[in-house]
Formats: sequence, structure tokens, C-alpha cells
Amino acid sequence: MNLTAIWSIYRFEMARFFRTLTQSFVSPVISTSLYFVVFGSAIGSRIDQVDGVSYGAFIVPGLVMLSVMMQGISNASFGIYFPKFIGTIYELLSAPINFIEIVIGFVGAAATKALFIGVVILITSALFVDLTIAHPLAMVAFLVLTCVSFALLGFILGIWARNFEQLQLVPLLVVTPLVFLGGSFYSISMLPPFWQTVTLFNPVVYLISGFRWSFYGLADVPIGLSLLAIAGFTALCLGVIWWIFKTGWRIRS
Amino acid sequence: MTDMVEIQNLAKRYESGFEALKGVSLNIREGEILALLGPNGAGKTTLISTVCGITLPTDGTIKVGGFDTITQYRQARSLIGLVPQEIHLEPFETVWNAVNYSRGLFGKKRNTKLVEDILRKLSLWDKKDSRSMELSGGMKRRVLIAKALAHEPRVLFLDEPTAGVDVELRRDMWKVVEDLRAQGVTIILTTHYIEEAEAIADRIGVINKGQILLVEETGALMKRLGKKTLRIELHDAVAAIPEALASYGLTLEDAGQTIVYDYDTNAERTGIVRLMADLAEAGLVLRDIQTKQNSLEDIFVDLVHKQQEGAA
Repeated sequence: MNLTAIWSIYRFEMARFFRTLTQSFVSPVISTSLYFVVFGSAIGSRIDQVDGVSYGAFIVPGLVMLSVMMQGISNASFGIYFPKFIGTIYELLSAPINFIEIVIGFVGAAATKALFIGVVILITSALFVDLTIAHPLAMVAFLVLTCVSFALLGFILGIWARNFEQLQLVPLLVVTPLVFLGGSFYSISMLPPFWQTVTLFNPVVYLISGFRWSFYGLADVPIGLSLLAIAGFTALCLGVIWWIFKTGWRIRS
Repeated sequence: MTDMVEIQNLAKRYESGFEALKGVSLNIREGEILALLGPNGAGKTTLISTVCGITLPTDGTIKVGGFDTITQYRQARSLIGLVPQEIHLEPFETVWNAVNYSRGLFGKKRNTKLVEDILRKLSLWDKKDSRSMELSGGMKRRVLIAKALAHEPRVLFLDEPTAGVDVELRRDMWKVVEDLRAQGVTIILTTHYIEEAEAIADRIGVINKGQILLVEETGALMKRLGKKTLRIELHDAVAAIPEALASYGLTLEDAGQTIVYDYDTNAERTGIVRLMADLAEAGLVLRDIQTKQNSLEDIFVDLVHKQQEGAA
């Protein structure tokens, strides 16, 4: 294992993040505050509690997941797409490193950035609502796994994308609707029975449900199923990335 | 001298069906400078990219330092440095970080002294904290070279490094190449500047349409294929070549003021002595005489044309 190379990629990617640290920090704080103003105050005033948890506190896990997933995808996809776009990918392809080392470097950095944003949102949320974390270890595990798995998805998208438009396509048209319809801001038990069944086909439901369980012990789906879903999703992404590097799809001619 | 790079029957066919390399075989000796010449689209960059691992070969084998570039890619690639043809740099990163990043990618621990030496040698030390986007084109090209040298490669590929750079930078690069040669680094250089190949290469390879047309010692190539031109300036211009001199295949230039005679340096007789006598007999008075060695460019163009005529 070329640990020095992994560390170099990681540092290089993190440097990009630190160059825009203010923007990276302020943006999630503002957007989280806005969510609390809109959802917490406007809608929350009409929904007193959800399964015994105040609506403001109920949406916190969903808010964190929403940001972490989007950040994981965008950071990783941009991280690998940008070298392709400007041509510096030649350095990675001609270096004595394998795909696992490249992925660890890029995905590790993207997951770290997403984790940082997730923690910032959690801290910001604590300023608005009383947060309780029933299963702290499980919370950390879900958070880290989600950061990693969505950074893996972002990495795949970054390799697949041929232009900046495609880079935005999947996050905006696929991931955002799935997250919003995945119980970020409501319990799926609040939906009519038919839509409850339909929602179960949304993989994001399992992630948000598991994460919310780690806070309040409340879950829309069994916690084991949530763990299985995130493990399966991670494995699927790893499999796709392994195939990409084996065949050189869209990276090696 | 052992071979540092061994390329056997290398073929590259793209999905479109285009064959960029057609069974290329080429051995490059340790410590030599090989200049690879060829017109645009000849396969020079594809050949380099395939050796470096950027492009996957369709067929054939490549060994660098005795290591197979596919099955032993770590060992093989760790020996190689690459300066690409195009300027590819992370625009927002500083020169210092960019060069250290390249070293790190090759698994080498930080060595600030070495990186400083490289930057100083390339006149980049003053720019170490500048972002790539703030540098001129020539400076960016120096950064590419610094990045390629950061992990102390034993084989260096320079893909048209002096294309579009000023004279000063070209001289600096030649100096760097000479220093590397002194350290025993094997250098493969592609260039459009034939005088560059002539000046610094130990051997010259000519590639066209994905095939190596020849690889020869620079001096031997010049000697084997070299022709000379004798230019005879006359005291008084003539309207036509006198009938008595028709057998020499002379041409007139400068409105009849200069007679041009092409001859083969390797021929048993050049015919110059006899020509001089015949000129005197024809009553022509000479003012000046010049000889000119045919350049590598003439040889190169000749080879490529012959291949094209053969294909036709």
C-alpha cells in the first residue's frame, strides 16, 4: 500500500477545502438556520410533535443527512472530475498507485469534508433545539458510513461526467428528490399506506431512518435493515469503482 | 549498455478503429538520450502515454528497468518521469505544493532540500509560493518539468518540451537535460525541432503512422543519409547551364549568379574536382564557394515521403 501517495492525494484535496474554508463553514450554518426558520417555525408551529419528539428536533437528523449526502457527492465528484477536466489526471494514471489508493485519497478527503459540514450542522442545530443522542456510537457510525458511501457515489459520478452539466445532473435530479422524499422532514408513518409502500423503494429512507434512530430511538424501518442498506450501497459503489479502474472506463483510453 | 526501456510489438487500436501504434518495437539504452521525431499524429504521444500507463496497450509488452508495465506497474512507473505536451496544472495550487504533491504520488517522503534544488535549477525558486494560474506559459512548463523530476526518475519522457517556448527557456531545458544525462538518467524526447534532436540526442528514432521507420545513432544517421550541397557563386551571371556541364545535374539560382551542385558524401567520388575543371574549361569565373550539410529535417522529410509513397 502506497500510504505516502494516499496522504498526498488526501492533503491536496483538503487544501482545496481549506482554501474556501469560510465559504465551506458559513454556507451550511446559514442554510441550516434557514431550514429551522422555514420548517421549524413555520411548519413546526402546526406540527407539535412526531412520535413524542418536537418537530424541530425531529428534522435535525434529516437535515444532517441531506447536507452530508450532497456534500459527499459534490466534493468527491468535483475532486476527481476537475483533474480530468484540466488534464492533471495524467499524474494519477502514471503514478505507481492502484485504484484502492486513489479512491481512499479522494473519497477520504470528500468524506472528511462532508463529516465536517455534518458536525457544523449538528452544532448549529443545537442552538435552535434540544438535541438528545440516544446511541452516540451508532450515530457516529451512520454519519461516517453515509459520508463515505455518498463520497463513493460522487467519485463514480465524477468519472462518468463528461462536462459540468452532467456533474450536477444526478445530484439535482436524482439524489435531491430521493433525500427530500426519504423522510428527511417527516416520518413515513405520516403518509397514506400506498405512499408508505412506495417510499420503501427509496434507499435513502433506510439511511435517514437509521440515523434518526441513533438520536431518538425512533425508526421507520428496522435498524438492521438500515445497516444492511448502507452496507449494500457502499459495497455496490466499491464494486462499480473496481470495475471502472479494471476497464479504464472514461479514465484510460 | 543495458536496455532501460524495452518495447516489443506494441499495438494500440482505439475504439474508433484507428490504429495509433502498429507493432512498435524499440529498445532504449540506459543513460542515453533518444529523440523521437515524427509528424503530427505519428504516434509519438500515444507511445509515451502507453509506456507511462496513461493509455492501455492493445497488444505487445513494455518493460522499464526490467519491470513489466502491466504486471509490475508499481516498480516500472516509479522509475518514470513524464513531462506532458500540454500544460496541465492545478491552477489554484502553489508551485511548491504542486511539486511536493507529485513526489508524494510516487511514494517518496518529503525532501524539501531536493525540491528546492530542482526549483532553483529551473529558476522557479522565486515563484515557489505563486499559484500556477499566475505564471507565464514558460514558467508553467518549468513547473511541469519540476514535477516530473520531483521523484528522481531514472527514465524521463519529455513530450515536446520546447514547443512554443522562448530561447532562454529552451537553453535552460537543454542544460537540465545535459545534467540529467550526466546523472545517468535515460531521456526520451519528442520534438518538432529537428535541430534540437540533432544537437542533444545520442540516437534518433523516426516514427510515422504508428510505425518506427528507423532508429540510429545521430552521427551515423547524418553520415549515412547525409548529402551535401555545393553552392558556386559566379563572377558573372549566366542565362543557362552550359551544355558541357549537363551531366552534373546542376541548377541555377539567384538569377543565374549561383550554380548549385548536390553530391553524396559517401560516394566513391564526389565529382567536385572534375566539376571545377569543367567550370574553368567552360570559361566560368568563380567568386565564392560554399558547402552545406543536409539537415536532419531533409532526411526526416525524405523518410516520411518514402513511406507515404510506399503506402500509395
